[in-house]
Amino acid sequence: MVDIFYPLQWIADKLTYEVFGIAPDTNLGASVNFIIYDVMKIFVLLTVMIFFISYLRTYITPEKTRKVLGGKKGLQYHLLASLIGTITPFCSCSSVPIFIGFVEAGVPLGVTFSFLITSPLVNEAAVAALWATIGLKATLIYVISGTLLGVFGGYFIGLLKMEKYVADFVYRIKVGDQAKKPEDLNIKERATISYESVKDIVGKVWIYVIIGVALGGIFHGYAPEGILAKYAGKDNPFAVPIAVLIGVPLYSNVMAMIPVIESLIGKGLPIGTALAFLMAVNAISLPEIIILKKVLKNRLIGAFVLIITVSIIFTGYLFNIIL
Amino acid sequence: MKIEVLGTGCSKCKKTKEVIEKILKQAGVEAEVVKVEDFETILNYGVMVTPAVVIDGEVKLAGKIPDEKDIKKWITK
Repeated sequence: MVDIFYPLQWIADKLTYEVFGIAPDTNLGASVNFIIYDVMKIFVLLTVMIFFISYLRTYITPEKTRKVLGGKKGLQYHLLASLIGTITPFCSCSSVPIFIGFVEAGVPLGVTFSFLITSPLVNEAAVAALWATIGLKATLIYVISGTLLGVFGGYFIGLLKMEKYVADFVYRIKVGDQAKKPEDLNIKERATISYESVKDIVGKVWIYVIIGVALGGIFHGYAPEGILAKYAGKDNPFAVPIAVLIGVPLYSNVMAMIPVIESLIGKGLPIGTALAFLMAVNAISLPEIIILKKVLKNRLIGAFVLIITVSIIFTGYLFNIIL
Repeated sequence: MKIEVLGTGCSKCKKTKEVIEKILKQAGVEAEVVKVEDFETILNYGVMVTPAVVIDGEVKLAGKIPDEKDIKKWITK
């Protein structure tokens, strides 16, 4: 396969070895080359992905979604909700209004959760960074298993019949319909919105990308080979659950985390363990739980956290077997 | 004129309020700007993606920080 990123590697080599005059085969050379190449690759993919997904998102709004999913039961609707969740990464401050909007439209609780699970778990910024660092194959595995986690996690929550553990006020709210309809946008307006979100997201995450890549680069150049294989390798059965349990409460910028993970994989961290850790970081975090507490009672939050944690641990083992 | 900024405390919502206040000052228009944080009111307007701007009960925009140009248009009408 032709490496479409070859030109970026070429630029990184030129800059490191010729412009900066750092000798190859040195720790410094390895670090600097890694940093330049990764930063370029992440920003290229980030820009393309955000633009593309934002464009798609102008067609699929929460207002439309809740109408489509209202009153629908069955695995296919969990799949649909989960897929819609992958392309609508709302900031966690919108998750409560969307949750209420779904419940009000009669979307079953389980289907709503399928959406809620995937929404932070699979988002275009993380996908771009994963693709740039650990490759397309692992990224696809992450996206597919993340989507399936949303499908089955939501389905399972639906089976538990926990409707009464939603805060009572949620059922009293009436959702109005006067918010501006985005249907009447033309191509130019959609492109403008997409361009705005590229600017917005890149403007917000660039510093984390640089920090993450710099840390990853230092580790890449200086940490001994195989250091992680020794302690967190596949033959350590506790590595996956420990990684997931650390990741669950952690609220961190994944954009900084992913390049670090890349270099950890380079030193022998199994990809499955790494992906499970990232899933745990993305899927649940303490701030998100605090926000959800406004609309969910403790038992439902507990069930949600437990189901997701156990599924991610299971997924991590599965990854390590198949990868 | 009453301008409501709907949002649950994210940074974009704060910025939206700041931009609106700045434009009001520039244009010399008097208006009451309030931040609405309770879910019931936000959803009654049909807004699910914040920040949103409501002027005299009419939703002008939802889901992003408004352009300065747009704000000028809304307040000078």
